[in-house]
Amino acid sequence: MELTASRRNGSISWLVKNKWLTLIAIIVTGSIIFAYATNDVVTIAVLARTIRESTPLILGALCGLLGERSGVVNIGIEGQMLIAAFIAFLANVYTGNLVLAIIIGALAGALLGAFLAFMAVTLKMDQIIGGTIINILAVGLTGYFYVAGLTTRGKLQPISLGPLADIPLIGPVLFKNPPITYLAIILVFVVHYVLFYTRWGLRTRAVGEHPSAADTVGINVYKVRYINVILGGAIAGLGGAYLTLEGVGSFERMMTNGRGFLALAILIFGKWTPFGAWGAALLFGFTYALQTQLQFWGVNLPPQFIGSMPYILTILVLAGFVGRSRAPAASGVPYEKG
Amino acid sequence: MTTIPTTNPDEDRKKKWLRQIWHGISIPVVAVFLGLLIGAIILLISGASPIEAYSALLKGSFGSPAAIQRTLEKTTPLIFSGLAVAFAFKAGLFNIGAQGQLLIGAIVAAFVGYSIEGLPPLIHIPLALAAGGLAGALYGAIPGILKAYTGAHEVIVTIMLNYVAYNITNYLVNGPWKDPSPTNVIARTARILPSAELPIINHIPLGFIIAVLTAALVWWLIYRTTLGFELRTVGLNSSAAQYAGIRVARMIILAMVISGLLAGFGGAVETLGIVRRYEPGFNVGLGFDGITVALLGKTSPFGVIPAALLLGAMRAGSNVMQLEAHVAKEIIDIITAVILFFVAADVITRRIIRQRTADDDQVTLSTGWSGK
Repeated sequence: MELTASRRNGSISWLVKNKWLTLIAIIVTGSIIFAYATNDVVTIAVLARTIRESTPLILGALCGLLGERSGVVNIGIEGQMLIAAFIAFLANVYTGNLVLAIIIGALAGALLGAFLAFMAVTLKMDQIIGGTIINILAVGLTGYFYVAGLTTRGKLQPISLGPLADIPLIGPVLFKNPPITYLAIILVFVVHYVLFYTRWGLRTRAVGEHPSAADTVGINVYKVRYINVILGGAIAGLGGAYLTLEGVGSFERMMTNGRGFLALAILIFGKWTPFGAWGAALLFGFTYALQTQLQFWGVNLPPQFIGSMPYILTILVLAGFVGRSRAPAASGVPYEKG
Repeated sequence: MTTIPTTNPDEDRKKKWLRQIWHGISIPVVAVFLGLLIGAIILLISGASPIEAYSALLKGSFGSPAAIQRTLEKTTPLIFSGLAVAFAFKAGLFNIGAQGQLLIGAIVAAFVGYSIEGLPPLIHIPLALAAGGLAGALYGAIPGILKAYTGAHEVIVTIMLNYVAYNITNYLVNGPWKDPSPTNVIARTARILPSAELPIINHIPLGFIIAVLTAALVWWLIYRTTLGFELRTVGLNSSAAQYAGIRVARMIILAMVISGLLAGFGGAVETLGIVRRYEPGFNVGLGFDGITVALLGKTSPFGVIPAALLLGAMRAGSNVMQLEAHVAKEIIDIITAVILFFVAADVITRRIIRQRTADDDQVTLSTGWSGK
């Protein structure tokens, strides 16, 4: 809460306070412009890939963010994404309607969110266990009901946003993306706005920091937690739908491949803020994109070293710059109405 | 607990003892029953025969000496990874990285197992085991040190290190430690020497016995030593621990080192006792299963053993089930999730068997992310 207060004191003091962030922003912008001037095709390819790789990660992180801000730790993001990916794929196979498939994927995620909220809020079950149950269940359900040889009926295609897409560099990177990618970027802003500038957001944060105080002033702690976890589930569901409808085009066993856990890391890395998480997701997306490029350029390193880069980088950044991150105080603690 | 004097205190004590045992095991027993029941319903819905599937599962896990051996083989690494996760939980740490520590332990044990020649088994086996455990401990020390000195969250660091471990082992089996024999085209290490192989005595893998003894040792460490007391204090409330003069940073590092050691042993035992070499893919998920085992066992070292046995038996039997009853083996995961649900949701389970709730055995692990 003190974070938002200081942020309103003016942008200059914000820049001074966050000197590392400012420095990183300047370096990143500078090197992008430099890279674009030297080799525009590769730069655009790398940046566009960065955006797309970061999409499922930021969606997963936003899911975790909503939960934790209201006091529910969600380590079941991986499972929510996996089941949503599976259901969205089936919806696409059987209806051929991509929009419907996205909605069904989000609904599947929301349903699992409701299940998590039931365990965490109503049953007051340990939230780590609740999330683990969802993860195991997802592996089981998607594996058991997996049918080999289903073929997809189309994939979400990039949409050019008219004249915006013609802006050099920014156009092809930001304004020529498939729908879920746009949605993810919009959601970052929406979640930030809702969380920090609306009554609902204030209530959510109050419930996540000090539920008994929130209860005293008449906020329904259980309801706030339920709604946030369900909304988060829907967002994670979008992340799952991204994988089958936009990224890969079909379903494979365990295809989330740890992205849900990465999203968790990204959420903490971004210090429980939407923009922080987005930055972390983009950093990841970038290292993924770079990884492919480096291999393409024939950089003489074992692929496993390049493959480890994003993870080692995260650890270094976390230990060096970010340091002690503080979770919402009531995150992970079931609320007992007293 | 106050004892009410009765005419026959001996008999009374016996009754009480029995009731306590039932109180302790009733929840898991009912949870397993409900898990199998819901599994059966899913099997029925998808058109398979639950009786056929479950009898194949039972046959594959306990139906013959060979099946029992397979079950124990699957159980052994799970006991270790379960202990690793449970131990970290006791100190308030969530070690998602047991998987990575296990991989590192497995490959180092393989290296020591195949590369050092001319040792008698009595030296070679402990040496390879120790090397694997030590490698896991060192790998576990990284998140511990980072958490203690920079505050980097152990959940993120261990998740990241899982990927790094996967890459390191992949690099080693494709490069310097690849099996050099001319017929080999697979990315894997050479077979360990016979002197490093953990023997199987009468269908009981020696590794299993070591695992059970380790569980006892871990119990002793947690509940009967000053160190264990300090660790638990840090886990319950680290600020209070700080006030009491416990060096919290040191405890965090130590907890992660021991957790990593246990996971490393798990990998080493898997290598030396079952796979007999390091081959990627053989130990996928063992570390993550450790989380399940620790939670099922309510993070108690002795609870971990039956939990690992349950999971190990299902894993061992699932292949037979898939082969004979044509049921996809992922049904096991569904059943596991349901069992875990009913163990954790003891409010519901107790209502089903009409038992009063006792506060003392509620499972709580996370004191919140902030880890205070």
